[in-house]
Amino acid sequence: MATISIDGTRVEATENRTVLQAALDAGIYIPHLCHHPDLKPVGMCRLCVVELEGRGIVASCEAAAQDGMKVLTDTPQVQKVRQVALELLLTNHDSNCLACAKNNDCGLQKVAAFIGVDEARFKQLRMLTPQYAIDDSNPFFRRDPNKCVLCGICVRTCAEIQGSAAIDYAFRGFATAISTLGNKPIAESKCQSCGECVVRCPTGALAPKETRKPSKEVLTTCTFCGVGCQLYLGARGGEIVSARGDRESPVNRGHLCVKGRFGYSFINSPERLKTPLIKKDGKFVAATWDEALDLITRKFAEYKGDQFAVMGSSRCTNEDNYVLMKFTRAVMGTNNVDNCARLCHAPTVTGLGASFGAGGGTNTIAEIPGADCLFIIGCNPTHAHPVVGMRIRAAVGNGAKLIVADPRRIELGDNATLSMTQKPGTDVALLMGMARVIYSEGLHNPQFIEERCDGFKEFVKAMEPFTLDFVEETTGVPREQVVEAARLYAKSDRALILWALGITEHSHGTDNVMALANLAMLTGNIGRPSCGAMPLRGQNNVQGACDLGVIPNAFHGYQKIADPAAIEKFEKAWDCKLSTSPGLGMVEQLQQTLTGKIKAYYLVGIDPAYSVSDANQVWEALRQAEFVVAQDIFLSGTAEFADVVLPATSFAEKDGTFTNLERRLQRIRKVIEPPGEAKADWWITCEIARRMGGKGFDYNDPSEILDEMGRLSSWFTGINFERLDAGGIQWPCPSTDHPGTPILHTERFATANGKGQLAPLVYRPPVDSADAEYPIILTTGRSLYHFHLAMTSKVPGLMALHPEELVWMHPKDARRLGIADGDKVKVSSEQGEVDVRAKVTKDMRPGTAYMTFHFYETPTNVLTHQKSLDPVSKTPEYKVTAIRIERV
Amino acid sequence: MAVEIAATGSGAPSESQVGAILAKHPAERSALIPILQEVQAKLGYLPEEAMCQVAEALGVPEANVYGVASFYAQFRFAPIGRKQVHVCRGTACHVGGAPKILAEVKERLGIGEGESTPDREYSLETVACIGCCALAPCAVVDGKVEAKLTPKKVRELFQGVQR
Ligand code: SF4
Ligand code: SF4
Ligand code: SF4
Ligand code: FES
Ligand code: FES
Repeated sequence: MATISIDGTRVEATENRTVLQAALDAGIYIPHLCHHPDLKPVGMCRLCVVELEGRGIVASCEAAAQDGMKVLTDTPQVQKVRQVALELLLTNHDSNCLACAKNNDCGLQKVAAFIGVDEARFKQLRMLTPQYAIDDSNPFFRRDPNKCVLCGICVRTCAEIQGSAAIDYAFRGFATAISTLGNKPIAESKCQSCGECVVRCPTGALAPKETRKPSKEVLTTCTFCGVGCQLYLGARGGEIVSARGDRESPVNRGHLCVKGRFGYSFINSPERLKTPLIKKDGKFVAATWDEALDLITRKFAEYKGDQFAVMGSSRCTNEDNYVLMKFTRAVMGTNNVDNCARLCHAPTVTGLGASFGAGGGTNTIAEIPGADCLFIIGCNPTHAHPVVGMRIRAAVGNGAKLIVADPRRIELGDNATLSMTQKPGTDVALLMGMARVIYSEGLHNPQFIEERCDGFKEFVKAMEPFTLDFVEETTGVPREQVVEAARLYAKSDRALILWALGITEHSHGTDNVMALANLAMLTGNIGRPSCGAMPLRGQNNVQGACDLGVIPNAFHGYQKIADPAAIEKFEKAWDCKLSTSPGLGMVEQLQQTLTGKIKAYYLVGIDPAYSVSDANQVWEALRQAEFVVAQDIFLSGTAEFADVVLPATSFAEKDGTFTNLERRLQRIRKVIEPPGEAKADWWITCEIARRMGGKGFDYNDPSEILDEMGRLSSWFTGINFERLDAGGIQWPCPSTDHPGTPILHTERFATANGKGQLAPLVYRPPVDSADAEYPIILTTGRSLYHFHLAMTSKVPGLMALHPEELVWMHPKDARRLGIADGDKVKVSSEQGEVDVRAKVTKDMRPGTAYMTFHFYETPTNVLTHQKSLDPVSKTPEYKVTAIRIERV
Repeated sequence: MAVEIAATGSGAPSESQVGAILAKHPAERSALIPILQEVQAKLGYLPEEAMCQVAEALGVPEANVYGVASFYAQFRFAPIGRKQVHVCRGTACHVGGAPKILAEVKERLGIGEGESTPDREYSLETVACIGCCALAPCAVVDGKVEAKLTPKKVRELFQGVQR
């Protein structure tokens, strides 16, 4: 604490504040342009000058506030310096304020208004014709150098916050400008269109192309990934026209990625479903709700029991999902209910469940910058979870060691202390090898193991085969790197592991997850701040869909179907008879359709026809099913197979909660009315249930559903809409005076005996391996610019940034096959084939190829297989498919 | 296209030459300018792929490499044409109408300063006084001084140049 005087007024400055910050904190305005609270000061614009007693004129943004300082902000000398600085800026500025996107919200207007402009001089100085061409190349924002004041905020934002460093100062003297490499249009640079620079630019030099200002803004949760960024959606005339990050949120602190900030236009798409559709003679015909619901009620009644299957949605709310699982169990009398976590993070839930007793990430996003070591494996956060990616870069900026392990070279490799590229599907070998090094070098934590873990003896024995020879041979990672990774991780006090589908989407995904849990337990990196194990969950509410019991083996809060007490509890609460026969996961549901066992489907907000592996087989199953209902916001690829399609509402048109990857329940709020006759998913399911005689489906609004969830699972007891208005809450939250649980397993694990379970793993190779016919291993992943298929494909700007599927391959493979960058190629596997263009890049390791899965025209999943599912979680091995690539 | 950018160093013709230069220097930021000078000496200019390769090797953002390089007049970002055009911008020439001359040359050749025509026949540069102020405004085209230029003369000079 320092006490300073500003123009004679006493001001208390907190720790490490500059004079400018202290003044602004105290509500005293000092003009400034290049200062931004999120960025390091640079003292560039000279507008913030003040006079310090004894020191003369200084830039207040750079001067630390020191006890006893006397600051004068408006002396003649100060005025003179700022006047000159301002006039220099105005000389070069295209001051067409009324037509500028930043009018009324502009840093330059603000300083000019405060300092004052001499009209005669201004007229003389003013630049009349713009000098530079406008860069219109980015689909979402525009760069107008004629309005740039060279404050460098965009440059620093891109480097310090976003971590892309796509732009910098270039040229010199009067020609100085902000430029990309080679002064090319921004769309051809490394820019990732996050818009962080656009929101910080003080002038109209960087401005969104959508210039309509919202007439109202509503705080809600982003729908595009499991990070769960908080944002204000702006609406005007019944359309969504803007999105801005909530700076108060501990999750994203105002940051957003390109999808969250600019991807909202799918909500306004004319292609949204507006009425129910019934298929007649192979064609969809618009129907009324009564017609559609009557038909569904009649048909569903014919398929009660285990011939019926439900797929829920990790894009829908917790309330939607709770009602859906209740309907499946209480009304349809089956446990065949699942969600697309089966295709992604189910192994995380089963693996962490076995190791720690709870399937959720152990720590919070806000703790990431506090870690001193981050181990990132099988994930690509800067693209798939961009705002977490920013936090990881912040941790590195704070001095954290970063270990990256991925079969593909990912962007964060540039920031890494150590980067390893293992062969796909060899993670258990890598991780057990690291464990063996840790143990043999005595870097483990015997006290933690002794006090808090079971199974150490067996584990030590299980590590034996994982010698460095074996690990190097199996994974392709040089032994020195394995040793270094083990040391970096084990020697850190707060080491945090982050992973995603590169770990889970394997025939041994659960083993992979347990191998990570092993490392955390072995080194005692659990139950404390900034360490632990955090799965980066993909879809916005995949955590919630699982937590809410949209899985075959448990009610919400993972209360097991196999537990008679749970059955009794729910039979009583729901006033019905419940089936105890174990349900099927969604891949098995589809497989069992081909054997005739499953006959009818209720598919809610899910697109299995393009997201389940071996798409040809899935299409066959959906064709064979006798009755299929699809409920979604677009006519998805899956909906084409349906007999009845029901129009649902998007996240901007309903109330409810999503649970993000750190177990935090957060509100989504209705901003606009849904298009046509679209209805909220929970409403539709309740309506079907009621028409079928189901009891307990008479909710007035989703808050009543959340209350019921809380009554039946202590995880949610303390959570309600009213509390959530003050901010998200992390489960478990057993009572309304409980603050929620940011860190899991602080004193005991959630297992039956409270001990963490070390898993004695063996290495099992992936099912597919390269052979003469299919010599390349394909792995899949997500693009920064897309969220699966139907939604982002309706956003023209995102389609412009990533318009088509590409198969990435190493130059060596390309050369051998006579393929050049951009060539059309045929990719085939035992399952099927697809034609795409090739992208030749050293980011791949030789022998490995990569594709995303975002395009209906080129469905990647015709290639992937279901040959062997993870035995525990029943997840397919998306990440390892043997393929062939040929020129066409 | 934004998604294609991650690929760096994928087999540009200059890759091995730049690699050899990089090998001679410590992988540090302080080596940036000497490296760029050597690259230019070798290749005649700084191609984009070369700047990317240097950026990656030194762990410096590529936009920053360009920023630094563009600050110095010594670096060029396009290959030199077979015929170099130097338009004088010194005081005498300026007063004598150099801006008009320069504009006309740009118009005729369809390129800006520091650029070269797609067929690499001409490249354009401006200079500060070539020492024949009495002949202002003037320029040097392919080694020969062209004196007392007018826009018309420029047109004649570059007659038949395919744009
Ligand atoms: S939009 Fe994001 S990535 Fe692009 S220049 Fe701005 S800050 Fe950098
Ligand atoms: S574009 Fe905006 S943020 Fe960047 S230097 Fe110019 S005025 Fe500052
Ligand atoms: S990081 Fe995820 S939650 Fe955040 S804005 Fe991007 S897509 Fe939305
Ligand atoms: S705000 Fe201090 S110099 Fe710009
Ligand atoms: S000014 Fe042009 S030759 Fe001297």
